[in-house]
Amino acid sequence: MSFISYLVNGISLGSVYAIIALGYTMVYGIAKMLNFAHGDVIMVGAYVVMTAIASGGLPPAAAVLLAVVFCTILGVVIESVAYRPLLNAASSLAVLITAIGVSYLLQNVALLVFGANTKSFSSVVPVPALVLAGGSLTISGETIVTIVSCIVIMAGLTLFIKKTKAGQAMLAVSEDKGAAQLMGINVNGTIALTFAIGSALAAVAGVLLCSAYPSLNPYTGAMPGIKAFVAAVFGGIGSIPGALIGGILLGVIEIFGKAYISSQMADAIVFGVLIIVLIVKPAGILGKNIQEKV
Amino acid sequence: MAMLEIKDIEVYYGMIQAIKGISFEVNEGEVIALIGANGAGKTTILHTITGLLSPKKGSVIFEGKDITKVPAHKIVSLGMAHVPEGRRVFAELSVYENLKMGAYTRKDKEETAKTLEMVYGRFPRLQERKNQLAGTLSGGEQQMLAMGRALMSHPKIIVMDEPSMGLSPILVNEIFDIIQEVSAGGTTVLLVEQNAKKALSIADRAYVLETGKIVLEGDAEELMNDDSVKKAYLGE
Repeated sequence: MSFISYLVNGISLGSVYAIIALGYTMVYGIAKMLNFAHGDVIMVGAYVVMTAIASGGLPPAAAVLLAVVFCTILGVVIESVAYRPLLNAASSLAVLITAIGVSYLLQNVALLVFGANTKSFSSVVPVPALVLAGGSLTISGETIVTIVSCIVIMAGLTLFIKKTKAGQAMLAVSEDKGAAQLMGINVNGTIALTFAIGSALAAVAGVLLCSAYPSLNPYTGAMPGIKAFVAAVFGGIGSIPGALIGGILLGVIEIFGKAYISSQMADAIVFGVLIIVLIVKPAGILGKNIQEKV
Repeated sequence: MAMLEIKDIEVYYGMIQAIKGISFEVNEGEVIALIGANGAGKTTILHTITGLLSPKKGSVIFEGKDITKVPAHKIVSLGMAHVPEGRRVFAELSVYENLKMGAYTRKDKEETAKTLEMVYGRFPRLQERKNQLAGTLSGGEQQMLAMGRALMSHPKIIVMDEPSMGLSPILVNEIFDIIQEVSAGGTTVLLVEQNAKKALSIADRAYVLETGKIVLEGDAEELMNDDSVKKAYLGE
Protein backbone atom coordinates (compact mmCIF):
# COMPACT_ATOMS: atom_id res chain seq x y z
CA MET A 1 0.00 0.00 0.00
CA SER A 2 2.87 2.38 0.61
CA PHE A 3 3.66 2.29 -3.11
CA ILE A 4 0.18 3.58 -3.96
CA SER A 5 0.39 6.14 -1.23
CA TYR A 6 3.74 7.42 -2.60
CA LEU A 7 2.31 7.44 -6.09
CA VAL A 8 -0.70 9.50 -5.01
CA ASN A 9 1.54 11.92 -3.12
CA GLY A 10 3.79 12.18 -6.15
CA ILE A 11 0.86 12.96 -8.42
CA SER A 12 -0.34 15.56 -5.94
CA LEU A 13 3.03 17.28 -5.69
CA GLY A 14 3.33 16.96 -9.46
CA SER A 15 -0.06 18.64 -9.85
CA VAL A 16 1.28 21.67 -8.01
CA TYR A 17 4.37 21.70 -10.24
CA ALA A 18 2.12 21.39 -13.28
CA ILE A 19 -0.03 24.36 -12.25
CA ILE A 20 3.10 26.48 -11.72
CA ALA A 21 4.67 25.15 -14.92
CA LEU A 22 1.65 26.39 -16.88
CA GLY A 23 2.64 29.94 -15.98
CA TYR A 24 6.19 29.42 -17.22
CA THR A 25 5.16 27.63 -20.37
CA MET A 26 2.39 30.04 -21.41
CA VAL A 27 4.55 33.11 -20.87
CA TYR A 28 7.40 31.47 -22.75
CA GLY A 29 5.11 30.42 -25.57
CA ILE A 30 3.67 33.89 -26.02
CA ALA A 31 6.30 36.39 -24.94
CA LYS A 32 9.32 34.09 -25.62
CA MET A 33 10.76 34.96 -22.23
CA LEU A 34 11.50 33.05 -19.04
CA ASN A 35 9.80 34.71 -16.12
CA PHE A 36 12.02 33.63 -13.26
CA ALA A 37 9.99 35.71 -10.82
CA HIS A 38 7.06 33.35 -11.39
CA GLY A 39 8.00 31.12 -8.43
CA ASP A 40 7.98 34.06 -6.05
CA VAL A 41 4.43 34.99 -7.02
CA ILE A 42 3.48 31.66 -5.39
CA MET A 43 5.01 32.84 -2.14
CA VAL A 44 3.19 36.19 -2.38
CA GLY A 45 -0.10 34.36 -2.92
CA ALA A 46 0.46 32.21 0.15
CA TYR A 47 1.31 35.24 2.31
CA VAL A 48 -1.82 37.04 1.13
CA VAL A 49 -3.96 34.07 2.18
CA MET A 50 -2.23 33.74 5.51
CA THR A 51 -2.52 37.45 6.31
CA ALA A 52 -6.11 37.70 5.13
CA ILE A 53 -7.15 34.83 7.41
CA ALA A 54 -5.02 35.67 10.44
CA SER A 55 -5.24 39.47 10.46
CA GLY A 56 -8.23 40.15 8.24
CA GLY A 57 -10.42 37.43 9.64
CA LEU A 58 -11.60 36.44 6.17
CA PRO A 59 -13.03 32.98 5.56
CA PRO A 60 -10.52 30.74 3.71
CA ALA A 61 -12.44 30.78 0.41
CA ALA A 62 -12.52 34.58 0.35
CA ALA A 63 -8.84 34.71 1.29
CA VAL A 64 -7.96 32.45 -1.64
CA LEU A 65 -10.01 34.60 -3.98
CA LEU A 66 -8.26 37.71 -2.67
CA ALA A 67 -4.86 36.06 -3.26
CA VAL A 68 -5.83 35.18 -6.83
CA VAL A 69 -6.92 38.75 -7.53
CA PHE A 70 -3.83 40.19 -5.85
CA CYS A 71 -1.43 37.95 -7.78
CA THR A 72 -3.24 38.59 -11.07
CA ILE A 73 -2.71 42.31 -10.63
CA LEU A 74 0.87 41.74 -9.45
CA GLY A 75 1.60 39.69 -12.57
CA VAL A 76 0.20 42.34 -14.90
CA VAL A 77 2.11 45.09 -13.09
CA ILE A 78 5.39 43.14 -13.24
CA GLU A 79 4.88 42.59 -16.96
CA SER A 80 4.06 46.17 -17.81
CA VAL A 81 6.66 47.83 -15.58
CA ALA A 82 9.61 45.46 -15.73
CA TYR A 83 9.34 43.38 -18.90
CA ARG A 84 7.36 45.23 -21.56
CA PRO A 85 9.91 48.03 -22.03
CA LEU A 86 12.53 45.34 -22.69
CA LEU A 87 10.64 42.92 -24.93
CA ASN A 88 12.06 44.54 -28.04
CA ALA A 89 15.49 45.05 -26.52
CA ALA A 90 18.48 43.99 -28.53
CA SER A 91 19.33 41.17 -26.15
CA SER A 92 16.84 38.70 -24.69
CA LEU A 93 19.26 38.41 -21.78
CA ALA A 94 18.08 41.85 -20.61
CA VAL A 95 14.62 40.46 -19.86
CA LEU A 96 16.03 37.34 -18.25
CA ILE A 97 18.22 39.34 -15.89
CA THR A 98 15.33 41.67 -15.10
CA ALA A 99 13.22 38.63 -14.22
CA ILE A 100 15.88 37.45 -11.79
CA GLY A 101 15.91 40.96 -10.35
CA VAL A 102 12.14 40.95 -9.91
CA SER A 103 12.44 37.59 -8.17
CA TYR A 104 14.89 39.01 -5.60
CA LEU A 105 12.76 42.11 -5.25
CA LEU A 106 9.67 40.06 -4.34
CA GLN A 107 11.66 37.91 -1.89
CA ASN A 108 13.17 40.93 -0.19
CA VAL A 109 9.91 42.83 0.04
CA ALA A 110 8.41 39.75 1.68
CA LEU A 111 11.41 39.62 4.01
CA LEU A 112 10.81 43.24 4.95
CA VAL A 113 7.07 42.87 5.46
CA PHE A 114 6.80 39.41 7.00
CA GLY A 115 10.28 38.81 8.43
CA ALA A 116 12.64 35.92 7.80
CA ASN A 117 11.07 33.48 10.21
CA THR A 118 9.24 30.53 8.79
CA LYS A 119 5.56 30.80 9.68
CA SER A 120 3.22 27.89 9.94
CA PHE A 121 0.50 27.97 7.35
CA SER A 122 -2.79 26.46 8.35
CA SER A 123 -4.43 24.47 5.61
CA VAL A 124 -7.38 26.11 3.89
CA VAL A 125 -8.72 22.81 2.60
CA PRO A 126 -11.92 21.78 4.35
CA VAL A 127 -12.08 18.34 2.68
CA PRO A 128 -11.64 15.37 5.06
CA ALA A 129 -9.07 12.66 4.35
CA LEU A 130 -10.15 9.64 2.40
CA VAL A 131 -9.45 6.33 4.15
CA LEU A 132 -9.27 3.37 1.81
CA ALA A 133 -8.51 -0.34 1.95
CA GLY A 134 -9.59 -0.77 5.55
CA GLY A 135 -7.36 1.97 6.94
CA SER A 136 -4.10 0.98 5.27
CA LEU A 137 -4.28 3.81 2.69
CA THR A 138 -5.09 7.38 3.67
CA ILE A 139 -5.33 10.11 1.11
CA SER A 140 -5.37 13.57 2.65
CA GLY A 141 -7.95 16.17 1.75
CA GLU A 142 -5.17 18.43 0.48
CA THR A 143 -4.03 15.72 -1.91
CA ILE A 144 -7.53 15.24 -3.28
CA VAL A 145 -8.16 18.96 -3.70
CA THR A 146 -4.77 19.49 -5.35
CA ILE A 147 -5.27 16.75 -7.93
CA VAL A 148 -8.84 17.82 -8.67
CA SER A 149 -7.77 21.46 -8.99
CA CYS A 150 -5.06 20.50 -11.45
CA ILE A 151 -7.53 18.54 -13.60
CA VAL A 152 -10.07 21.37 -13.54
CA ILE A 153 -7.44 23.99 -14.40
CA MET A 154 -6.02 21.94 -17.27
CA ALA A 155 -9.46 21.26 -18.73
CA GLY A 156 -10.53 24.88 -18.27
CA LEU A 157 -7.40 26.28 -19.86
CA THR A 158 -7.55 23.90 -22.81
CA LEU A 159 -11.17 24.88 -23.44
CA PHE A 160 -10.33 28.55 -23.04
CA ILE A 161 -7.58 28.38 -25.64
CA LYS A 162 -9.50 26.23 -28.08
CA LYS A 163 -12.90 27.89 -27.81
CA THR A 164 -12.51 31.56 -26.98
CA LYS A 165 -11.38 34.42 -29.16
CA ALA A 166 -8.81 35.51 -26.58
CA GLY A 167 -7.45 31.95 -26.45
CA GLN A 168 -7.12 31.76 -30.21
CA ALA A 169 -5.43 35.15 -30.14
CA MET A 170 -2.90 33.70 -27.69
CA LEU A 171 -2.11 30.87 -30.11
CA ALA A 172 -1.77 33.33 -32.97
CA VAL A 173 0.57 35.60 -30.99
CA SER A 174 2.69 32.65 -29.88
CA GLU A 175 3.20 31.68 -33.51
CA ASP A 176 3.71 35.00 -35.22
CA LYS A 177 3.38 38.36 -33.48
CA GLY A 178 3.51 40.37 -36.70
CA ALA A 179 0.85 38.34 -38.48
CA ALA A 180 -1.28 38.41 -35.32
CA GLN A 181 -1.17 42.22 -35.35
CA LEU A 182 -2.27 42.25 -38.96
CA MET A 183 -5.35 40.28 -37.87
CA GLY A 184 -6.16 43.07 -35.41
CA ILE A 185 -4.88 41.32 -32.30
CA ASN A 186 -3.43 43.58 -29.62
CA VAL A 187 -0.18 41.78 -28.87
CA ASN A 188 0.63 43.71 -25.69
CA GLY A 189 -2.85 43.03 -24.37
CA THR A 190 -2.49 39.34 -25.13
CA ILE A 191 0.85 39.16 -23.33
CA ALA A 192 -0.66 40.95 -20.32
CA LEU A 193 -3.55 38.46 -20.29
CA THR A 194 -1.06 35.60 -20.31
CA PHE A 195 0.74 37.05 -17.31
CA ALA A 196 -2.60 37.54 -15.56
CA ILE A 197 -3.61 33.92 -16.06
CA GLY A 198 -0.17 32.57 -15.12
CA SER A 199 -0.04 34.65 -11.94
CA ALA A 200 -3.59 33.73 -10.91
CA LEU A 201 -2.59 30.07 -11.26
CA ALA A 202 0.56 30.75 -9.23
CA ALA A 203 -1.62 32.01 -6.39
CA VAL A 204 -3.67 28.83 -6.52
CA ALA A 205 -0.49 26.75 -6.57
CA GLY A 206 0.85 28.67 -3.57
CA VAL A 207 -2.25 27.93 -1.52
CA LEU A 208 -2.23 24.25 -2.48
CA LEU A 209 1.48 23.89 -1.82
CA CYS A 210 1.37 25.58 1.57
CA SER A 211 -1.73 23.62 2.58
CA ALA A 212 0.08 20.35 1.85
CA TYR A 213 3.47 21.46 3.24
CA PRO A 214 2.34 23.93 5.91
CA SER A 215 5.24 26.28 6.28
CA LEU A 216 5.92 29.63 4.68
CA ASN A 217 8.91 31.95 4.40
CA PRO A 218 10.04 34.46 1.76
CA TYR A 219 11.97 31.73 -0.12
CA THR A 220 9.12 29.21 -0.18
CA GLY A 221 8.36 29.89 -3.83
CA ALA A 222 11.90 29.74 -5.15
CA MET A 223 12.53 25.98 -5.20
CA PRO A 224 9.06 24.92 -6.42
CA GLY A 225 9.43 27.67 -9.02
CA ILE A 226 12.71 26.22 -10.30
CA LYS A 227 11.28 22.71 -10.26
CA ALA A 228 8.18 23.80 -12.14
CA PHE A 229 10.45 25.44 -14.68
CA VAL A 230 12.24 22.10 -14.97
CA ALA A 231 8.84 20.43 -15.39
CA ALA A 232 7.95 22.84 -18.19
CA VAL A 233 11.22 22.15 -20.00
CA PHE A 234 10.85 18.44 -19.29
CA GLY A 235 7.41 18.32 -20.91
CA GLY A 236 8.40 20.65 -23.75
CA ILE A 237 8.35 24.36 -23.02
CA GLY A 238 5.50 26.19 -24.72
CA SER A 239 3.26 23.11 -24.57
CA ILE A 240 0.34 23.03 -22.14
CA PRO A 241 -0.10 19.24 -22.04
CA GLY A 242 3.68 19.13 -21.75
CA ALA A 243 3.48 21.17 -18.53
CA LEU A 244 1.00 18.64 -17.13
CA ILE A 245 3.07 15.59 -18.07
CA GLY A 246 6.33 17.21 -17.01
CA GLY A 247 4.87 18.35 -13.68
CA ILE A 248 3.34 14.99 -12.77
CA LEU A 249 6.45 13.03 -13.78
CA LEU A 250 8.66 15.36 -11.79
CA GLY A 251 6.47 15.06 -8.70
CA VAL A 252 6.33 11.27 -8.91
CA ILE A 253 10.08 10.94 -9.50
CA GLU A 254 10.77 13.25 -6.56
CA ILE A 255 8.54 11.38 -4.13
CA PHE A 256 9.75 7.95 -5.27
CA GLY A 257 13.33 9.16 -5.06
CA LYS A 258 12.74 10.37 -1.51
CA ALA A 259 10.95 7.18 -0.48
CA TYR A 260 13.08 4.50 -2.09
CA ILE A 261 16.50 5.97 -2.70
CA SER A 262 17.41 8.85 -0.46
CA SER A 263 15.55 11.84 0.82
CA GLN A 264 18.68 13.95 0.58
CA MET A 265 19.32 12.86 -2.97
CA ALA A 266 15.77 13.43 -4.22
CA ASP A 267 16.48 16.77 -5.88
CA ALA A 268 19.68 15.45 -7.44
CA ILE A 269 17.67 12.58 -8.90
CA VAL A 270 15.03 14.96 -10.26
CA PHE A 271 17.59 17.11 -12.01
CA GLY A 272 19.55 14.04 -13.14
CA VAL A 273 16.45 12.73 -14.90
CA LEU A 274 15.99 16.12 -16.53
CA ILE A 275 19.53 16.01 -17.91
CA ILE A 276 18.96 12.54 -19.35
CA VAL A 277 15.64 13.53 -20.94
CA LEU A 278 17.17 16.60 -22.52
CA ILE A 279 20.10 14.63 -23.92
CA VAL A 280 17.71 12.15 -25.53
CA LYS A 281 15.02 14.62 -26.50
CA PRO A 282 16.31 18.19 -26.41
CA ALA A 283 12.89 19.77 -27.02
CA GLY A 284 11.31 17.91 -24.09
CA ILE A 285 8.72 15.14 -24.13
CA LEU A 286 6.04 16.97 -26.12
CA GLY A 287 8.24 19.75 -27.42
CA LYS A 288 8.32 20.67 -31.04
CA ASN A 289 11.47 20.87 -33.02
CA ILE A 290 11.97 24.55 -33.37
CA GLN A 291 12.25 25.55 -36.96
CA GLU A 292 14.02 28.72 -37.79
CA LYS A 293 11.80 30.96 -39.83
CA VAL A 294 13.35 32.39 -42.95
CA MET B 1 -9.39 62.28 -53.35
CA ALA B 2 -7.18 59.23 -53.27
CA MET B 3 -8.19 56.36 -51.03
CA LEU B 4 -4.65 55.86 -49.80
CA GLU B 5 -1.98 58.55 -49.89
CA ILE B 6 1.62 58.04 -48.98
CA LYS B 7 3.29 61.39 -48.43
CA ASP B 8 7.06 61.77 -48.41
CA ILE B 9 7.83 58.87 -46.12
CA GLU B 10 11.32 58.13 -44.89
CA VAL B 11 11.96 54.88 -43.04
CA TYR B 12 15.10 53.81 -41.22
CA TYR B 13 16.35 50.50 -39.87
CA GLY B 14 18.62 51.79 -37.14
CA MET B 15 21.07 54.04 -38.95
CA ILE B 16 20.28 52.74 -42.39
CA GLN B 17 17.76 54.60 -44.46
CA ALA B 18 15.58 52.13 -46.34
CA ILE B 19 13.03 54.54 -47.79
CA LYS B 20 14.30 57.90 -48.96
CA GLY B 21 11.24 60.03 -49.35
CA ILE B 22 8.48 58.28 -51.26
CA SER B 23 5.05 59.57 -52.22
CA PHE B 24 2.34 57.81 -54.15
CA GLU B 25 -1.38 57.29 -54.09
CA VAL B 26 -3.94 54.59 -54.64
CA ASN B 27 -7.42 55.47 -55.86
CA GLU B 28 -10.52 53.50 -55.03
CA GLY B 29 -10.99 50.49 -57.29
CA GLU B 30 -7.49 50.55 -58.72
CA VAL B 31 -4.89 47.80 -58.87
CA ILE B 32 -1.55 49.42 -58.15
CA ALA B 33 1.74 47.57 -58.48
CA LEU B 34 4.99 48.45 -56.76
CA ILE B 35 7.79 46.74 -58.60
CA GLY B 36 11.51 46.67 -58.08
CA ALA B 37 14.44 44.45 -57.29
CA ASN B 38 15.13 42.73 -54.03
CA GLY B 39 16.04 45.28 -51.38
CA ALA B 40 14.40 48.20 -53.17
CA GLY B 41 12.16 48.78 -50.14
CA LYS B 42 8.86 47.35 -51.34
CA THR B 43 8.08 45.33 -48.22
CA THR B 44 9.24 48.19 -46.00
CA ILE B 45 6.65 50.46 -47.62
CA LEU B 46 3.83 47.98 -47.01
CA HIS B 47 4.93 47.51 -43.39
CA THR B 48 4.92 51.26 -42.95
CA ILE B 49 1.42 51.55 -44.40
CA THR B 50 -0.05 48.89 -42.10
CA GLY B 51 1.77 50.11 -39.01
CA LEU B 52 4.31 47.33 -38.49
CA LEU B 53 6.98 49.99 -38.98
CA SER B 54 6.78 53.69 -38.33
CA PRO B 55 8.32 56.24 -40.63
CA LYS B 56 10.77 58.83 -39.37
CA LYS B 57 9.18 61.40 -41.63
CA GLY B 58 6.08 61.68 -43.76
CA SER B 59 2.58 60.40 -43.38
CA VAL B 60 0.13 57.74 -44.48
CA ILE B 61 -3.39 58.97 -45.17
CA PHE B 62 -6.23 56.49 -45.54
CA GLU B 63 -9.66 57.78 -46.55
CA GLY B 64 -8.66 61.26 -45.46
CA LYS B 65 -7.49 60.14 -42.04
CA ASP B 66 -3.87 60.24 -40.92
CA ILE B 67 -3.01 56.67 -39.89
CA THR B 68 0.75 57.13 -39.58
CA LYS B 69 0.68 56.65 -35.81
CA VAL B 70 -2.12 54.10 -35.67
CA PRO B 71 -0.74 50.81 -34.27
CA ALA B 72 -0.74 47.77 -36.57
CA HIS B 73 -3.52 45.96 -34.74
CA LYS B 74 -5.95 48.84 -35.29
CA ILE B 75 -5.43 49.03 -39.06
CA VAL B 76 -7.49 46.05 -40.14
CA SER B 77 -10.71 47.36 -38.63
CA LEU B 78 -10.30 50.54 -40.67
CA GLY B 79 -10.74 48.42 -43.79
CA MET B 80 -7.19 47.62 -44.79
CA ALA B 81 -5.95 44.03 -44.91
CA HIS B 82 -2.35 42.94 -45.43
CA VAL B 83 -1.26 39.65 -47.00
CA PRO B 84 2.31 39.43 -45.74
CA GLU B 85 5.35 38.23 -47.59
CA GLY B 86 5.93 34.52 -47.10
CA ARG B 87 2.18 33.98 -46.35
CA ARG B 88 2.72 33.79 -42.57
CA VAL B 89 -0.34 31.64 -42.00
CA PHE B 90 -0.72 30.24 -38.47
CA ALA B 91 0.77 26.79 -39.04
CA GLU B 92 -0.57 25.30 -35.81
CA LEU B 93 -4.14 26.41 -36.46
CA SER B 94 -6.53 24.76 -38.89
CA VAL B 95 -7.52 26.38 -42.16
CA TYR B 96 -10.88 27.30 -40.66
CA GLU B 97 -9.28 28.76 -37.53
CA ASN B 98 -6.92 30.80 -39.69
CA LEU B 99 -9.86 32.23 -41.62
CA LYS B 100 -11.62 33.05 -38.35
CA MET B 101 -8.47 34.91 -37.26
CA GLY B 102 -8.88 37.05 -40.37
CA ALA B 103 -12.27 38.15 -39.04
CA TYR B 104 -10.91 38.70 -35.52
CA THR B 105 -12.09 42.29 -35.23
CA ARG B 106 -15.51 41.74 -36.81
CA LYS B 107 -18.58 41.77 -34.61
CA ASP B 108 -21.22 41.10 -37.29
CA LYS B 109 -21.56 37.34 -37.04
CA GLU B 110 -24.03 36.81 -39.86
CA GLU B 111 -22.14 38.97 -42.31
CA THR B 112 -18.92 37.20 -41.31
CA ALA B 113 -20.52 33.84 -42.08
CA LYS B 114 -21.42 35.18 -45.52
CA THR B 115 -17.85 36.34 -46.06
CA LEU B 116 -16.65 32.87 -45.11
CA GLU B 117 -18.96 31.36 -47.74
CA MET B 118 -17.60 33.85 -50.27
CA VAL B 119 -14.00 32.93 -49.41
CA TYR B 120 -14.77 29.21 -49.65
CA GLY B 121 -16.47 29.90 -52.98
CA ARG B 122 -13.39 31.66 -54.27
CA PHE B 123 -10.99 29.08 -52.85
CA PRO B 124 -12.76 25.70 -52.97
CA ARG B 125 -9.56 23.99 -51.92
CA LEU B 126 -9.65 25.79 -48.59
CA GLN B 127 -13.12 24.43 -47.94
CA GLU B 128 -11.96 20.90 -48.77
CA ARG B 129 -9.14 21.30 -46.28
CA LYS B 130 -10.83 23.43 -43.65
CA ASN B 131 -9.94 21.12 -40.77
CA GLN B 132 -6.37 20.56 -41.87
CA LEU B 133 -3.55 22.36 -40.05
CA ALA B 134 -2.35 25.28 -42.15
CA GLY B 135 1.26 24.15 -41.77
CA THR B 136 0.51 21.02 -43.77
CA LEU B 137 -0.76 22.91 -46.83
CA SER B 138 1.31 23.34 -49.98
CA GLY B 139 2.85 26.73 -50.77
CA GLY B 140 0.08 27.61 -53.21
CA GLU B 141 -2.64 26.61 -50.77
CA GLN B 142 -0.97 28.64 -48.03
CA GLN B 143 -0.96 31.65 -50.34
CA MET B 144 -4.66 31.13 -50.96
CA LEU B 145 -5.22 30.84 -47.24
CA ALA B 146 -3.28 34.04 -46.58
CA MET B 147 -5.42 35.82 -49.17
CA GLY B 148 -8.63 34.27 -47.88
CA ARG B 149 -7.68 35.23 -44.34
CA ALA B 150 -7.19 38.85 -45.44
CA LEU B 151 -10.52 38.85 -47.29
CA MET B 152 -12.27 37.65 -44.12
CA SER B 153 -11.96 41.15 -42.69
CA HIS B 154 -14.00 42.39 -45.67
CA PRO B 155 -11.39 45.02 -46.53
CA LYS B 156 -11.82 48.09 -48.70
CA ILE B 157 -8.19 47.76 -49.73
CA ILE B 158 -5.96 44.74 -49.66
CA VAL B 159 -2.18 45.07 -49.74
CA MET B 160 -0.30 42.02 -50.96
CA ASP B 161 3.37 41.34 -50.58
CA GLU B 162 4.94 39.04 -53.17
CA PRO B 163 1.99 36.70 -53.60
CA SER B 164 3.79 34.79 -56.36
CA MET B 165 6.93 34.10 -54.35
CA GLY B 166 8.08 30.49 -54.53
CA LEU B 167 5.13 29.28 -56.59
CA SER B 168 5.12 27.31 -59.83
CA PRO B 169 4.12 29.21 -63.00
CA ILE B 170 0.70 27.53 -63.08
CA LEU B 171 0.00 28.54 -59.50
CA VAL B 172 1.28 32.05 -60.17
CA ASN B 173 -1.31 32.38 -62.94
CA GLU B 174 -4.00 31.05 -60.63
CA ILE B 175 -3.07 33.52 -57.88
CA PHE B 176 -3.08 36.45 -60.30
CA ASP B 177 -6.47 35.39 -61.66
CA ILE B 178 -7.76 35.48 -58.11
CA ILE B 179 -6.27 38.94 -57.52
CA GLN B 180 -8.15 40.13 -60.59
CA GLU B 181 -11.36 38.59 -59.27
CA VAL B 182 -10.84 40.30 -55.91
CA SER B 183 -10.36 43.58 -57.73
CA ALA B 184 -13.44 42.98 -59.88
CA GLY B 185 -15.35 42.35 -56.65
CA GLY B 186 -14.74 45.99 -55.70
CA THR B 187 -11.69 45.71 -53.47
CA THR B 188 -8.81 48.08 -54.13
CA VAL B 189 -5.48 46.28 -54.50
CA LEU B 190 -1.95 47.43 -53.72
CA LEU B 191 0.44 44.80 -54.96
CA VAL B 192 4.16 44.41 -54.37
CA GLU B 193 5.87 42.04 -56.77
CA GLN B 194 9.24 40.97 -58.05
CA ASN B 195 7.44 39.30 -60.92
CA ALA B 196 7.09 42.60 -62.76
CA LYS B 197 5.65 41.12 -65.91
CA LYS B 198 2.75 39.49 -64.11
CA ALA B 199 2.17 42.48 -61.87
CA LEU B 200 2.10 44.95 -64.77
CA SER B 201 -0.24 42.69 -66.73
CA ILE B 202 -3.03 43.09 -64.14
CA ALA B 203 -2.24 46.55 -62.72
CA ASP B 204 -3.83 49.85 -63.70
CA ARG B 205 -0.83 51.89 -62.66
CA ALA B 206 2.59 51.06 -61.28
CA TYR B 207 5.54 52.56 -59.47
CA VAL B 208 9.09 51.36 -60.00
CA LEU B 209 11.31 51.38 -56.92
CA GLU B 210 15.06 51.46 -56.75
CA THR B 211 16.98 51.55 -53.46
CA GLY B 212 14.30 53.38 -51.53
CA LYS B 213 13.15 55.80 -54.21
CA ILE B 214 10.50 55.84 -56.90
CA VAL B 215 12.36 56.11 -60.21
CA LEU B 216 9.46 55.66 -62.59
CA GLU B 217 5.69 55.74 -62.48
CA GLY B 218 2.80 55.59 -64.86
CA ASP B 219 0.18 53.45 -66.52
CA ALA B 220 1.03 49.79 -66.31
CA GLU B 221 0.76 49.40 -70.06
CA GLU B 222 3.10 52.30 -70.72
CA LEU B 223 5.62 50.93 -68.25
CA MET B 224 5.47 47.56 -69.90
CA ASN B 225 6.60 49.17 -73.12
CA ASP B 226 9.21 51.36 -71.48
CA ASP B 227 12.69 50.41 -72.60
CA SER B 228 14.39 50.79 -69.24
CA VAL B 229 11.69 48.74 -67.51
CA LYS B 230 11.90 46.08 -70.20
CA LYS B 231 15.62 45.85 -69.76
CA ALA B 232 15.76 45.90 -65.99
CA TYR B 233 12.64 44.05 -64.93
CA LEU B 234 11.06 42.19 -67.80
CA GLY B 235 14.20 40.45 -69.01
CA GLU B 236 13.79 41.56 -72.59
